[in-house]
Amino acid sequence: MRRAEKEKEEEGSEMISDREGGKEILLQGNEAIARGALEAGVAFCAGYPGNPSSEIIENLAKASQRLPIYVEWSVNEKVALEAATAASFAGCRAMACMKQNGVNVTSDFLTNLSLSGTKGGLVLVSCDDPGGISSTNEEDARWFARLACIPLLEPATPREALEMTRWAFVLSEAIENIVLLRSVSRLSHTRSNVLIRGLPEFDVKARFDPDIPFHTFPVVDKDRARHEKLNRAAHDFETSVFNSYDGPENPELLIISSGCAWSYARESVEILRLEERVGLLKMGTTWPLPQELLKRHLRQCDQILFVEEIDAFLEDNVKAFCADAGEETGTKVFMGRSSGHIPLCGELSPSILLQVLGEHFDQAWEQDRFQAHVNSLMPEDLPPRAFGFCPGCPHRGSYYAIKTALAWDNRDGFVSGDIGCYSLGLFPTGFNQVKSVHAMGSGLGLASGYGKLDLFGFDQPVITVCGDSTFFHAGLPGLINAKFNRADILLLILDNSATAMTGFQPHPGIDTTAMGQPTDPVDLESLCRSLGMPVEVADPYDINESARTIYGLLKQEGPRVLVMRRKCALVQGREGGFPYRMRVDPDACAGEECGCNRYCTRIFRCPGLIWNTLSKKAEIDSVICVGCGICADICPQGAIERTVVEEE
Amino acid sequence: MAMALNIIITGVGGQGNVLASQIIGRAAVNRGYNVTIGETFGLSQRGGPVMSHIRLSENKTCGPLIPPNMAHMVVGLEPLETLRVLKEFGNSETVFIANARPIYPLNVIAGDVEYPDLEWIRDVLDQSAGRLYWLDATDTAVELGGPIMLNMILLGALCSLSPFPLDTGDIETVLTAFLPDSKLPANIKALAMGAELIHRYEN
Repeated sequence: MRRAEKEKEEEGSEMISDREGGKEILLQGNEAIARGALEAGVAFCAGYPGNPSSEIIENLAKASQRLPIYVEWSVNEKVALEAATAASFAGCRAMACMKQNGVNVTSDFLTNLSLSGTKGGLVLVSCDDPGGISSTNEEDARWFARLACIPLLEPATPREALEMTRWAFVLSEAIENIVLLRSVSRLSHTRSNVLIRGLPEFDVKARFDPDIPFHTFPVVDKDRARHEKLNRAAHDFETSVFNSYDGPENPELLIISSGCAWSYARESVEILRLEERVGLLKMGTTWPLPQELLKRHLRQCDQILFVEEIDAFLEDNVKAFCADAGEETGTKVFMGRSSGHIPLCGELSPSILLQVLGEHFDQAWEQDRFQAHVNSLMPEDLPPRAFGFCPGCPHRGSYYAIKTALAWDNRDGFVSGDIGCYSLGLFPTGFNQVKSVHAMGSGLGLASGYGKLDLFGFDQPVITVCGDSTFFHAGLPGLINAKFNRADILLLILDNSATAMTGFQPHPGIDTTAMGQPTDPVDLESLCRSLGMPVEVADPYDINESARTIYGLLKQEGPRVLVMRRKCALVQGREGGFPYRMRVDPDACAGEECGCNRYCTRIFRCPGLIWNTLSKKAEIDSVICVGCGICADICPQGAIERTVVEEE
Repeated sequence: MAMALNIIITGVGGQGNVLASQIIGRAAVNRGYNVTIGETFGLSQRGGPVMSHIRLSENKTCGPLIPPNMAHMVVGLEPLETLRVLKEFGNSETVFIANARPIYPLNVIAGDVEYPDLEWIRDVLDQSAGRLYWLDATDTAVELGGPIMLNMILLGALCSLSPFPLDTGDIETVLTAFLPDSKLPANIKALAMGAELIHRYEN
């Protein structure tokens, strides 16, 4: 019975492996990219999870249950691209998928790969995150197309994401080089009707031809060849269906736009009824520039507005082109990020475009009156909803134990943080314990540096925290560096047995691969012990014992590791939940008279433990509390009770 | 339908917002609409706000974001998040279906800021929007088996409104296709309860 039910659930979510095609289905941007790759007959897909890119590999991994393709979560993005490239060198179509930060990780390989060239169609997908909605930055990965001298495609809708991905493999094979396809959060996480076509036979045979090696020598010749390949792409782009113009022959304003920002521009033009005055050039192939096409449109109009996500990429490149083609195109007034017409930072929106166009054409936006009405009723800003750890999250326990141990230690110690849910240790939900967060694995590298500062009088203890997946990704070199250079470093691996932040993808510490195959997990403790450093294990749910263990380790020297091990609360919730029913005993809770100044809710900040403003006492929010039991240990009165839930 | 029917579902991570919007989307595709759903979730599993923009059109593909103050309908799973949507996306004709049960932000729990008075939230919505349905839907969800049923109850409420291009039958068809048989009856019951809540509110 259970098995039959599971199959039904998967059938619903696996429309992307439909062999027949010829119908319209609702697909997310990332699903459309996955489907486009399948329609191109992709054989090999690899990636590292990261919002907003994760669903591409997740969906391909599901499709691998039905189709003869290989899909993996790699240890990091560089390895993902290298593994996919091996398939390309052996003549297979391959794809590597990641978020913008991941492209940085690939960059050393990428800029050399584009010199050697490729064989089977090879596509690198970067899902950028304007506004850093779920990222440490809002980096624009499109610059890597210029840097590595490779073609760049920017879909604007899920439908186009599918079409463009499919074509990207054809382009890659035609010019024998890798192609970069750039999505953004707002496209990756948008669902829309998408027309799917049939899937090919997937009858590829992988073979590396030893007579055709792939390398970068002689460098100058290879660089010249790389530019020639780019010129071939530019030639194809001149007639590409992914570039289109909509508007009058001689508009008062020409908008040059790419990606889903194009849809904001289009709708704003419609809402302000500017269709007869504004021309909209939608660019899908954004590097190299299709110069003849651009010349034609630039001749139409002298006022140019650039609408694109994150950096002034098209803007700068088109301006540079105009400097060369000035005689043919004439003098222009450029508006965009450089001129201040478009906000320099942050995500675009219809609201911004309405404002920009409204001001340019001196048209008021009619909804201002409604906003003024609401403002009169709602004078103050609404309280923000700050991010926090989930109810039951082991990280809350880990940071509580760290906070306690550092306070006992009393030497101004602090935490060097890393990338994952536990980055929130920067904020009150993690008791503000984390003092730096940058890139995957950087917490360890920084800690290995702090660990050598004793030479200059540095005497503060430093704890570096790192998730299990992040540790495998890029943490290990930092730890080895600390070991080799005899740095004083205390590493806490926050092992929740999942890449929790991005949706529980498997990693090398898990016993199952992306395709659901059993594998031998890498044992964290043995790995660290093999480096010759002491390793202890603690349970974040036992905050008192964990704090004592951390305190003891702070007193020691040299590289040492503590694994804080407890399953992610969301995973635990799915696997049967928690053992406790929590209750605040109203007679034991002394309320505002206690002297603890609402310690439990003011400091601990679990969403399941709230303050009743009428009774002026703490209570459990039974809709939110999952029953992990941690908070029973924090009340000075012992008023928080945990009782074991009896099996019903 | 003029340009598009714009619907917002707003709430907090874990309330089933994204699933509810996908179900509407699939039902609308089955009915032949051009559908676009923009999902904003970021760190949603970490207690942050989650908002879906659902846009149905007969003849064009819409962008992923509803332009300012152009939402026709708003489904609010949480009162504070519902109020947040009002100023940016509401207008004097917008229909609001609002669940009355708050989920307190951490800064409210900690005592840094106060959660707005619920009656005040209700008044502001009432005095600004075209129509307001203020429902104790979490209580109903708990009666039906747990707070997780909330999204289906409010979907049922939405589909019972007139005019709305989808009915509960369209939603049931989608649910039947991808929910396991054992979960189907409770969800269908929740849809009916949502319609019932609207009916009771109107009378």
